[in-house]
Amino acid sequence: MAMLHIVNKSPFERNAFESCLNHASAGDSILMIEDAAVGAITKTAFAAKVEAALQDKSVYVLSGDLAARGLSEDRIISGVETVDYAGFVDLTVSNETTQSWL
Amino acid sequence: MATKKFMFVNRKAPYGTVYAIESLEVVLISAAFDQDVSLAFIDDGVYQITKGQDTTGIGQKNFSKAYKALGDYDINKLYVEKESLEERGLTLDDLMELTWEDEDDDYAEKPSIHLVDRAAMSGIMADQEVVISF
Amino acid sequence: MKGVIRIPPAKYTLTHNLYPFLIRSLELKFTLMINEGPYQHQASDTALQFARAVLEKGHEIYRVFFYHDGVNNGTRLSVPPQDDRQLQKEWSELSKAHDLDLVICIAAAQRRGLMNAEEAKRQGLDADNIIEGFHISGLGQLIEGSIQSDRTIVFGD
Repeated sequence: MAMLHIVNKSPFERNAFESCLNHASAGDSILMIEDAAVGAITKTAFAAKVEAALQDKSVYVLSGDLAARGLSEDRIISGVETVDYAGFVDLTVSNETTQSWL
Repeated sequence: MATKKFMFVNRKAPYGTVYAIESLEVVLISAAFDQDVSLAFIDDGVYQITKGQDTTGIGQKNFSKAYKALGDYDINKLYVEKESLEERGLTLDDLMELTWEDEDDDYAEKPSIHLVDRAAMSGIMADQEVVISF
Repeated sequence: MKGVIRIPPAKYTLTHNLYPFLIRSLELKFTLMINEGPYQHQASDTALQFARAVLEKGHEIYRVFFYHDGVNNGTRLSVPPQDDRQLQKEWSELSKAHDLDLVICIAAAQRRGLMNAEEAKRQGLDADNIIEGFHISGLGQLIEGSIQSDRTIVFGD
């Protein structure tokens, strides 16, 4: 059973994102929404942890949240995919369970 | 009604925000639906079940004793993460003794708190059907 | 999920691009839980956009359950500036358009002063403030919603 982990906190402000990465299982998906979108960008102090997650998990970012924070898609970590709200819904369909890391 | 595996994930300390007490209210209600209920205490969530809570200095009700009622509702899978305790300088001895009576074992009193490491916690989470986090 | 087509695990595929037919053929029931009030936090905005996308894809929203400060999404006394979004009204209108079951938790609502006419009368209060489309009920509605739904999604802080 694959799980979609939804994370909405900047990794620079709270530990929810890191806790999410520590608990997600191989084959799971992680979606960054709201303030967590800032974690999708290369060259941050957190990027290595997202890159490590990409080894055995799928990682997505909600495009509207990224754009709203002034971050362009060409700065996204290689392997992180963008989704819109329709894509967000599809991720909740293709994964049997979701967990929000609040 | 179908039985599902519900997990309530607690990651926040009590009193500073309302999440802990209102989470407990949801958990107690879930007992009425005869579901397979687990609770996870990770990160600051472990502070919800420390013993010796004294709220007289902050003007709030001490609701920690309500966790002791969980056993009476057959909610006895309280998973506490070892690493979360250690990071906070806590051990199992700092937590309340929460127990339940096993009617299939001559009403023997058994611990409801299960200390698990992070890898085991991940596995337990992966096994759930509904995860509600606070 | 019984009786529906199984989709390969997400890690192998971008399901929303490669399997539109499979996705479209899956109609799931969702229960959404919203734990933050409007404006203070993005949770209500995200949930509203998500709810619209769920409906556009032909899925069903079995229930939206408002808890914690999320109950404040149900007031009709909110008057945001005209150029701002009108979250409470938008939820109310979405409910009207799609016959959504928007439930405000009674315990959380009582703490925060959200009242329908019946509850206000019962409490001996002189006013009520629930917007059309929302109703007040117990926490059991959340659990029952999750049992009846294929997916439960939590939006909060």
